[in-house]
Amino acid sequence: MKLLLKGGRVVDPANKIDGVNDVLIIDGKIAAVEPELAPQDCETVDVSGKIICPGFIDMHVHLREPGFEYKEDIASGTRAAAAGGFTAVCCMPNTKPVVDNIAVAGFVKERARKCGVVNVLPVGAISKGQGGKELAEIADLVAAGCVAISDDGKPVMRADIMRNALEYARMFALPVLSHCEDLNLSQDGQMHEGYYSTIYGLKGIPAVAEDIMAARDILLAKSTGAHVHICHLSTKGAVELVRRAKDEGISVSCEVTPHHLALSDKIVETYDADTKVYPPLRSEEHIAALREALNDGTVNCIATDHAPHEKESKDCEYHLASPGISGLETAVAVIMDKLVSKGLLDVKKMVELFTTGPAAALRIDRGTLTPGKPADITVIDPDVVKKVDPAVFYSKGRNTPFKGMEMKGWPCMTIVSGKVVARDGKVII
Amino acid sequence: MKLDRRKDLLGLRDLEREEIELILDTAVPMKDIIKRDIKKVPALRGKAMVTVFYEPSTRTRTSFEIAGKYLSADTVNLAVSTSSVQKGESLRDTIKTIEVMGFDLMVMRHSMSGTPHYVARNTKMRVINAGDGANEHPTQALLDMYTIRERKGTLEGLKVAIVGDILHSRVARSNIYGLGKFGCEIRVVGPSTLMPPEVEKLSVKAYYSLEEAFADVDVINVLRIQRERQQSGLFPSLEEYANLYMVTPESLKKAKKDVLVLHPGPMNRGVEISSEIADGSKAVIDEQVTNGVAVRMALLFLMMGGSKSEIVA
Amino acid sequence: MELREKNVIMDEVAIKRALTRIAHEIIEKNKGVEDVAIVGIRRRGGPLAQRLANRIEEIEGVKIPVGVLDITLYRDDLTTLGLQPQVHRTEVYFDINDLNIVLVDDVLYTGRTVRSAMDALMDLGRPRCIQLAVLVDRGHRELPIKADFVGKNVPTSKREIISVLVKEIDGEEKVVIQETVDR
Repeated sequence: MKLLLKGGRVVDPANKIDGVNDVLIIDGKIAAVEPELAPQDCETVDVSGKIICPGFIDMHVHLREPGFEYKEDIASGTRAAAAGGFTAVCCMPNTKPVVDNIAVAGFVKERARKCGVVNVLPVGAISKGQGGKELAEIADLVAAGCVAISDDGKPVMRADIMRNALEYARMFALPVLSHCEDLNLSQDGQMHEGYYSTIYGLKGIPAVAEDIMAARDILLAKSTGAHVHICHLSTKGAVELVRRAKDEGISVSCEVTPHHLALSDKIVETYDADTKVYPPLRSEEHIAALREALNDGTVNCIATDHAPHEKESKDCEYHLASPGISGLETAVAVIMDKLVSKGLLDVKKMVELFTTGPAAALRIDRGTLTPGKPADITVIDPDVVKKVDPAVFYSKGRNTPFKGMEMKGWPCMTIVSGKVVARDGKVII
Repeated sequence: MKLDRRKDLLGLRDLEREEIELILDTAVPMKDIIKRDIKKVPALRGKAMVTVFYEPSTRTRTSFEIAGKYLSADTVNLAVSTSSVQKGESLRDTIKTIEVMGFDLMVMRHSMSGTPHYVARNTKMRVINAGDGANEHPTQALLDMYTIRERKGTLEGLKVAIVGDILHSRVARSNIYGLGKFGCEIRVVGPSTLMPPEVEKLSVKAYYSLEEAFADVDVINVLRIQRERQQSGLFPSLEEYANLYMVTPESLKKAKKDVLVLHPGPMNRGVEISSEIADGSKAVIDEQVTNGVAVRMALLFLMMGGSKSEIVA
Repeated sequence: MELREKNVIMDEVAIKRALTRIAHEIIEKNKGVEDVAIVGIRRRGGPLAQRLANRIEEIEGVKIPVGVLDITLYRDDLTTLGLQPQVHRTEVYFDINDLNIVLVDDVLYTGRTVRSAMDALMDLGRPRCIQLAVLVDRGHRELPIKADFVGKNVPTSKREIISVLVKEIDGEEKVVIQETVDR
């Protein structure tokens, strides 16, 4: 099996490649990345004008299986990932039952092997049942293939439990992914606290609710020597805390979501629950800080926090709606349109944030086009313009505030282990 | 005029000044009707409206109901506590059921901000917001404006102070939006924990002392203080609140001699307003209630009286 | 479509004469004006009612009550109108019970306005009787209504429009026939 991607702009930050090259794939592995390759008996795809990248990794996805298959399952979620240009996703453990033991982790791995179309890297829970009181069986979770632990969806409110989790995870060099939210400050909040929460009369979630927990977890990472990764970082304050922690040499990384980079709290205006998400869409001031942090190395990666919901969870009173955005199928287009095509982020940096960034945060060996590695590849067409249409999502969750928006720059091919799994937004497996 | 082309009235923030003026002007002849022996006109004969209140309220609901009846509309109250809401029916299904019974207009009160907006998007019925969470209570602000205009002759350039729990008050927000369109100087006053973030960006000035806020004011609108705010730690005690923010004859010393005192009711005497003020000559609290009926009649007539084909949703 | 003025059918003098005659007829029919009140239908019935009352005062030396009725809320065509008519106040500040009420309007046409006005009046009390005075009766009645006092009978076609202009509202005084012409 040979496949040649011909004439595209190859951007492979790990190997310092950025230029027109051909990529040859043999038997599911990268064979060569060089100009003007002309192998024999080879299927050739002309990708001139397109951007060839190492396969994108989304380290923050809710696949909902087991337990919430009406929102998403591993089959639909990995198809959404493929359509959206991702070759690997980390799935969060807030399922029913929670991925807090070897059996559930094994189930997820097995389902992913059977019906997944991209790589699935499970994340285990920090605490049993994500209750925040007793540690989960972390060694077992590692043995079952979990790449990190997190109680995502909820913060670990008790500092002693978080401290123990970090201490314990350090033994396995396992990153701890922290959902930073002080529940006492955020309780009952519906949107970012500020001018627009005042106007719309919705209870605000203050930025400081995130900052306080980010500060706590950074200090705990410092004192334990473990690695903490801040999930869906959304505030100016948290950006500053991470920046200073990195300067100080503390082992901390962080991710931001496309929606926090692209949308402000103003959009809540019509009370469309598709705009409801935790952490909430912030004000322009915070967006500016996040965009700056993307470029100066404070932010390690872009992750979607893909949170699909069934219609009924969003088609209701704003207050009662479930938070979350179905993000896998819009992430690349949003970043291309809102940042790259506006000159706010260069292509190379974007590719890092989707590849080597998450790989390094997770300490996994992915995100490059180094010959010999599995051929996981994402191809982007920077010129194609399409409207976001949730009706054609592969995800069961059609909850996106980007619906109807026109975006320029979309993933046009997703290759997993040498196999083309999606083309032009359509899954072909 | 755009008003009769609007499908819904959800708030004053996006209403134009001319539309507010039309409502207030139309309320004048409506008030005459309330004062007649035969308090009924046939204008809305054959129209049906329903009040759906997901939050207890006697006066607003009764006011809408009698306003509809004075105009000959058939008015029905949906008692939410005894309806299928208790059986876990979704709001969408409840609304659909009401819609297919043939109602032309729904008056909705809900504890959660934005719910009338959600409902309005999902029904052919016209929707009037009778108060949603901490967002807006447009008809309360309209009746406040009517009362002020009737007493002062104009709204233009008046100094109006709004006192109390601004953070959670839909009455405050609708008044700020409405009065703001008439060039009023609006002051909000209350404890800092009950002041919304960035409130001054709404073209109001925030004060923390009654004395300063009331200097030279024409109108004071006193908000009801909810006891549960104290329990959630926003201020220490009702006694301390009353010491600092109760409107009393003493606190009015620097206000204009002919200052009007409004209160949307129901009052907590001895907490946000003293009995001397509530029962005194400056208070127009009973008039507000009468005017509320007139303003709601005006609105119902303007929204339901015309031809359906003209509606632009 | 546009309107074209065809004919002036009454000028200022003719209007004045007609109102004077109607004033006399009202006095005669009611055997004096002891229990008479005049109520004009907004808008142009209003000034005409006031003028009739003035004329009666000149003749009889008695000031009689005058009011204005706004019939918007009683119209039968509210749901078919394109634009919502503005509601104005009804200004009848006297007790109409047991009075002979003379309703005044500028033009009597289908009779629907008069029907509305009678309903509006009945909601204000129980007059002993209601009489109708109009400056112009142009025919084409759709309801069984007949005027007691008529300034001028004008046979018209339905394509035509009768416009009464009064000084108080229009700044000039005349009755004209206009015709709608398709362009």
